[in-house]
Amino acid sequence: MAEYETHDFDVIVVGAGGAGLRAAIEARSKGMRTALVCKSLLGKAHTVMAEGGVAAALGNVHEEDDWKVHFRDTMRGGKMLNNWRMAQLHAQEAPDRVRELEEWGALFDRTEDGLILQRDFGGHRFARLAHIGDRTGLELIRTLQQKAVADGIEVFMECKVLRLLRDADGTVSGLVGYWRPSGEFVVFTAKAVVLATGSVGKSWMYTSNSWESTGDGQAMALWAGGDLIDMEAIQFHPTGMVWPLSVRGLLVTEGVRGDGGVLRNSEGNRFMFDYIPPMFAAETADSEDEADKWYDDHAAGRRPPELLPRDEVARSINTEVKGGRGSPHGGVFLDIATRRTAEDIRRRLPSMYHQFMELAGVDITAEAMEVGPTCHYIMGGVRVDADSAASTVDGLFAAGEVAGGMHGANRLGGNSLSDLLVFGRRAGIGAAEFAADRGGAARVDEGEVATAIEAAVAPFARQGGENPYDIHHDLQETMQSLVGIIRTGPELDEALGQLEVLEERAGRVSLSGGRRYNPAWNLTTDLPSMLTVSRCTTLGAINRKESRGGHTRDDFPKPVPEMGLVNFVLRIGADGGGDGGVGGTPSIRSIGVSPEPIPAMPDDLKELLEETA
Amino acid sequence: MTEETVGTEAGEQVTMRVWRGDDTGGEFAAYVMPAQEGEVVLDVIHRVQATQAPDLACRWNCKAGKCGSCSAEINGRPALLCMTRMDTLPAGEPVTVAPMRAFPILRDLVTDVSYNYEVAKRIPPFDPRPKTVDEREVGGYRMQQIDVERSQEFRKCIECFLCQDVCHVMRDHEENKTAFAGPRFFARSAELEMHPLDVNDRRQLLQQEQGLGKCNITKCCTEVCPEHIKITDNAIIPMKERVVDASYDPVAWLGRKILKRIKRSAGEASATSPAAGPAAVQPRSLVHGIPVPDPVGATAPGVTPEAGDPLAG
Repeated sequence: MAEYETHDFDVIVVGAGGAGLRAAIEARSKGMRTALVCKSLLGKAHTVMAEGGVAAALGNVHEEDDWKVHFRDTMRGGKMLNNWRMAQLHAQEAPDRVRELEEWGALFDRTEDGLILQRDFGGHRFARLAHIGDRTGLELIRTLQQKAVADGIEVFMECKVLRLLRDADGTVSGLVGYWRPSGEFVVFTAKAVVLATGSVGKSWMYTSNSWESTGDGQAMALWAGGDLIDMEAIQFHPTGMVWPLSVRGLLVTEGVRGDGGVLRNSEGNRFMFDYIPPMFAAETADSEDEADKWYDDHAAGRRPPELLPRDEVARSINTEVKGGRGSPHGGVFLDIATRRTAEDIRRRLPSMYHQFMELAGVDITAEAMEVGPTCHYIMGGVRVDADSAASTVDGLFAAGEVAGGMHGANRLGGNSLSDLLVFGRRAGIGAAEFAADRGGAARVDEGEVATAIEAAVAPFARQGGENPYDIHHDLQETMQSLVGIIRTGPELDEALGQLEVLEERAGRVSLSGGRRYNPAWNLTTDLPSMLTVSRCTTLGAINRKESRGGHTRDDFPKPVPEMGLVNFVLRIGADGGGDGGVGGTPSIRSIGVSPEPIPAMPDDLKELLEETA
Repeated sequence: MTEETVGTEAGEQVTMRVWRGDDTGGEFAAYVMPAQEGEVVLDVIHRVQATQAPDLACRWNCKAGKCGSCSAEINGRPALLCMTRMDTLPAGEPVTVAPMRAFPILRDLVTDVSYNYEVAKRIPPFDPRPKTVDEREVGGYRMQQIDVERSQEFRKCIECFLCQDVCHVMRDHEENKTAFAGPRFFARSAELEMHPLDVNDRRQLLQQEQGLGKCNITKCCTEVCPEHIKITDNAIIPMKERVVDASYDPVAWLGRKILKRIKRSAGEASATSPAAGPAAVQPRSLVHGIPVPDPVGATAPGVTPEAGDPLAG
């Protein structure tokens, strides 16, 4: 029998980014014994990377802004695939969540009359993003981290969670994992578990995501019997660096375009004017002259096309590159150097300037950047109830990027940080209420614990097997080339086959060097989640035979109205899937997909969309 | 003879000397890797893991200089692995990568930095003043940009703990950790003390329990800060001055004890602090002219610089 330590809490939150911290703070404030479990050190989560800001209709810069306009922008940006109730709650509650951060010590940039300053961003009708220079995510995570510490929340760092545990009734009752520093195993029991584990980007070759974004939460929810939705809806940020290598995958904030930066092809043309979709024609400038007037005076001209929603921009860049008009390393040029003074650029985009100078020796005030689409964000995720963030499994909640529905087929910039705050809080409340109502102690199945531990250590008993780094590399190549920004049926089918081969190879990994802080072992235990979410994305993409938001099918280039009325739902087959996969998890072959109707929007909100359109 | 172009031409190689071991001991291991253009040290470490040493332990997250996870010592200098370009290191020479020296080793390049998280818990948290009537009406606090900028400088901190690593109060004196918060947390306290809304007073704590007097402003912390925060000039020196103010003026001190202290505005603080504010230029003579032992340590009972402490650098 494997040895492990145990801890018991009312609420366990997995993941210590913005959503996890906000959930833990809320659950703690409801009197719950709350713990936060995270894969890295506290304060290092991917939330620190968010630059642009947090979207909230505070109306500090444009008084006419309110939640209704924010709701409308969000639904339109999401191509109406959003869970309307999530979009509504998000727009309504974001302003309070931002003001609350200020009460906890956050220092946003200010307007002249001393209120929180807001900036323009793609897809938002009004200047709506509260920000701190271009390091808003760091401010958000630090504020929440310091609040959590002040509130006495217990934090368990550098703990990799392998899988969720359920009681005899199927209610989620805890989880099993290991400490990365020691390699020893640990079981947490809890009356409710909140997943706040973030993204899936590490399955792609070019991604802005940090190493932690391996889809652990999505996969664990699925394995525990939960539903995932919209896993094909992945956002490729239009402007990730493609060169030099030291900054490949690094995002160039949309703020560069908001502050005057323009996109050019190898012929020097400002090509975005050629790609203005009819839906946005009325509000987008059709000449360089008109666009350039807008930066200083929004009334003097319509918006520059560089500020179209990011899927439009990403798709345009891809078309330019495929048309042979790309930059030397397969991107396009983003030029702010010739458009603003060096002093202006350094003042408005300080960390951007600093990052490129220091990481790559690139001076963005002097030369254009080479940028291209980079895997950035997944809109899909765990299917949740909008009000409580409850998943379809009892006792399991999800918030932030790991949850699906809020952003529909495409997310607007700035809406992710507000999403973390609004639904992090709601998940904290949901979990606290569930835990309070749940009688007796949470019990887990010791057999399930033993199975998970045995599977996790199995690679150490093998010799001459696969190298986990090779499998990861090959997975990234498969997903980048076959399930990337532009997709086709035959390529997606090919990806399915390759994933099955990769799963089989992952079962043959051999390891040495012991369990103490062993990155090869850590990667090996991340492979089951990466393979699972990759399979889900591929299945969703095969079934969504249309192009919508972040999902583009070359063989079905237009949106299909009937497809806009369904989510593609992924779940393990009725037989439970067994444990034929890697690390004792269900095989990826057991994942099924089916279309189910999206929740119907009430008439008063429909009218709102029409009124403010 | 040194080859000038090592690290850039195809077929060239680079030797990485990486410390391997744990809390029981270890040694440097050499890994010869093909050189590639446009890489940072972390890129090469990752290639070593993928091809030669799968179990080489190294902490990292964002690989973009924003999370502060991959702190180590490169050729003896505390730095982020992801922010150190290979082409900035001497061509043709091995690159030495060691774990941070001020913290206990867990394995290879990974150290136990829990000390920092413990210190963070002991700093009195942010405590804002109540909102005014006008602020309750508009829903949010009013603060001027110029007043938030001073604390904003410290909130750029990514908690890489390189300043803690380089600080010789701790680096060579494990025993000092019990009574020394370190540059990161002096900056954190400064951030809170200069926050336009905060009403907590951390000055007595800084002096009596967190060892502010032990710092004799050699500025090593400022030098290694990847965010270029002027820790010494803008945080530590102003805090030393405020602590002196608090110690020297018993009436004011008593008044603050009895009445709930009203924090000085940033403007008032600037007037008494030559180093205050991100824009303030610190005259060199002021920095290097402060006598050793420093004024706080000399005047505060119970807090004196340690005899033989090699701080006078």
